[in-house]
Amino acid sequence: MDQSTPAATIVGRGSETGARLFREWFQGLTAAADEGRGAAYVFVMGSLCELLRVFDFPIVFPEINSLQTAVRRVAHEYLNEAENYGYSTDICGYVKADVAVQLRDGAHPMGRIPKPALAVCTNACNTYIKWGEIWERMYGMPLFTLDVPGSRGAGLASAPGSDDFERDRRYVEAQLVELITVCERVSGKRFDIDRLREHMGHANTLGAGWQRVLELNRSRPAVFNALSDGTIFLGVANGFRGTAQGAAFFTDLVEEMTYKAEHGIGTPIDEKWRLIFVGVPCYPIFRRFSELFSDWGGVFVNSTYLRFASGGANLGFAYDLARPIASLAEGVLLGVRNAMDSMFFQTQALVDMIDGQAADGVVFHPIKSCRTVSTGLADTRRALMAVRDVPSLFIESDLMDRRVVSEAQMKNRIDAFFEGLASRRQQVAEASA
Amino acid sequence: MAHAAGVDVGSTQTKAVIINEARVIVGRALTDTGANVMRAAETAFRAALLDGGIPEEEVGFIVGTGYGRYKVTFGNTQVTEISCHGRGAVHMFPRTRTVLDMGGQDTKAIRVQPSGEIQDFCMNDKCAAGTGRFLGAAATALDLPLAELGPTALRGERAVKITTTCTVFAESEVLSWLGKGKKIEDILLGVHESIAARSIGLLRRVGIEPEVTFTGGVTKNRAMVETLNRRLGLTVNVGDESHFMGALGAALFALDRIVAARAPAHAAETKRGVA
Repeated sequence: MDQSTPAATIVGRGSETGARLFREWFQGLTAAADEGRGAAYVFVMGSLCELLRVFDFPIVFPEINSLQTAVRRVAHEYLNEAENYGYSTDICGYVKADVAVQLRDGAHPMGRIPKPALAVCTNACNTYIKWGEIWERMYGMPLFTLDVPGSRGAGLASAPGSDDFERDRRYVEAQLVELITVCERVSGKRFDIDRLREHMGHANTLGAGWQRVLELNRSRPAVFNALSDGTIFLGVANGFRGTAQGAAFFTDLVEEMTYKAEHGIGTPIDEKWRLIFVGVPCYPIFRRFSELFSDWGGVFVNSTYLRFASGGANLGFAYDLARPIASLAEGVLLGVRNAMDSMFFQTQALVDMIDGQAADGVVFHPIKSCRTVSTGLADTRRALMAVRDVPSLFIESDLMDRRVVSEAQMKNRIDAFFEGLASRRQQVAEASA
Repeated sequence: MAHAAGVDVGSTQTKAVIINEARVIVGRALTDTGANVMRAAETAFRAALLDGGIPEEEVGFIVGTGYGRYKVTFGNTQVTEISCHGRGAVHMFPRTRTVLDMGGQDTKAIRVQPSGEIQDFCMNDKCAAGTGRFLGAAATALDLPLAELGPTALRGERAVKITTTCTVFAESEVLSWLGKGKKIEDILLGVHESIAARSIGLLRRVGIEPEVTFTGGVTKNRAMVETLNRRLGLTVNVGDESHFMGALGAALFALDRIVAARAPAHAAETKRGVA
């Protein structure tokens, strides 16, 4: 390819830059660990990075650290270490890999992870709270748990503008004010509202970009694979939320995906089937897992993971910088609640994805590690099948633990799914001939 | 006359079926899979040819299926056993809407459309409980040949409750019941009840719509058929060829290919004729 053409300079830029940013992020964490700086430990569903960056905390996402051990094929070493320490095989693999990282004094395949000075979690996942308590016991640092009011039922969430929503928002805002006090005490730095505005502005750019990138995958062929490429973009959306680098990345990514959409450039594979992914990827065989679908020409055009694990970035919510704390509370409330609804009330979201992106099938992937995202998937599948005549596949494995990943059985089911898709397409063609 | 072949390489046994253009089985064979999967596939295929008196050159297309389908090196393509059991069952029993395939290491529940298209399926995951292997463990524990399990269980009167869900632990549980003085017949009836219960659980996940067709090696076990009938409250379809259903489905897919290969030439001739 001619290196001077736009196609050569733009196409593939997002994946390359994303990988570089990740390496640099872990280099920064390693430097912080070596300097003995305490980090802020956060989670993807409600990270509050915008606020924590005001106090110059190195930001650590233990979930991302853990999945990286799986992608780099060493998760079993970490899991075994935590289990030898006494953790049950039934406990979330993310938690156990992180425990082993802590037991190894931060040693991680991508560098060294600094110890926590503070941990912030939401109630989006019940394991978050128990996980944070482990660090509390290990290090005696504060764990700040933000209680986000969830939806009371499908479609019954308080809507912005209503009195109920305003009460929920004020409840979150009051907690954020408390968190600021904790951050000041732990970091020894005064809160600077202008710096908060700056970080929230970057988050606004990132969120708008992420939402646009997701929309652009309505293109045929899809401009990115939501399972493979999308996971890289998701990592940047979380790790670089509230930074100039994150904002620039998504500005560039929108440019790349727009260019691809306008020029009909898809993913490297010949797109035969457009699929929706529901759940969390199988990281222990991440590339192979993706190939089991792409070998048949299956491209994931959307994924619930890119929504519930994006910290609300998928909503494209724009903070009002004139009233930053109030608006941050609103954004957190909407983002975290959307993440929770993505797990519990996702039928309509899936219908919208199927219709909007002309999907041929839906793949449900519950995982042993996470009851939170997996328990309701069988019900969701039944509910979806009741409203849309779309083929679906239900395969189970794990996001960390190779011991419960049976590749041969998984391939068998995936192959049968594609045989069914092909048979259905042939019958439709014969019926319309 | 062209023939089509299906070779189903399962975890325990390998089956081969030859059909003619009228979709009638003209040859079939079965052999233990063993460690040499390629040899088992070849052996079963050649035995099926011999059984039907069909020269190899008359076989126009071969489809491999089962876990060892990629080891059917002399085959033309592969199709999963999920699709093949569905196709075979609908061919043999056209009113089939639900298929229960009980094999050596896995059990599948399959919902099919009248066309034979797979609507939904579900399988046991990472565990052989509820499969033929569970029966094998019981046979080992009781020192009985597999073929004796069904007839012995049918003599049972008060089924022992087998509570373990693990095939390996089931063996210990069977021995513990023996130690408590329970009759072998009642223990085996309990084993059949346990397997049937797990299989029906799989069926419920895809939805049980009559007619239900029972396929796979365990179809030869009369006690299992009767236990399923009683628990389901219906009579499952079982035939003499039910344990060949995967291979039959594969042969039907192979015949599709033979017919499709002729179609373009036929269409072109027709067009020329019209012109």
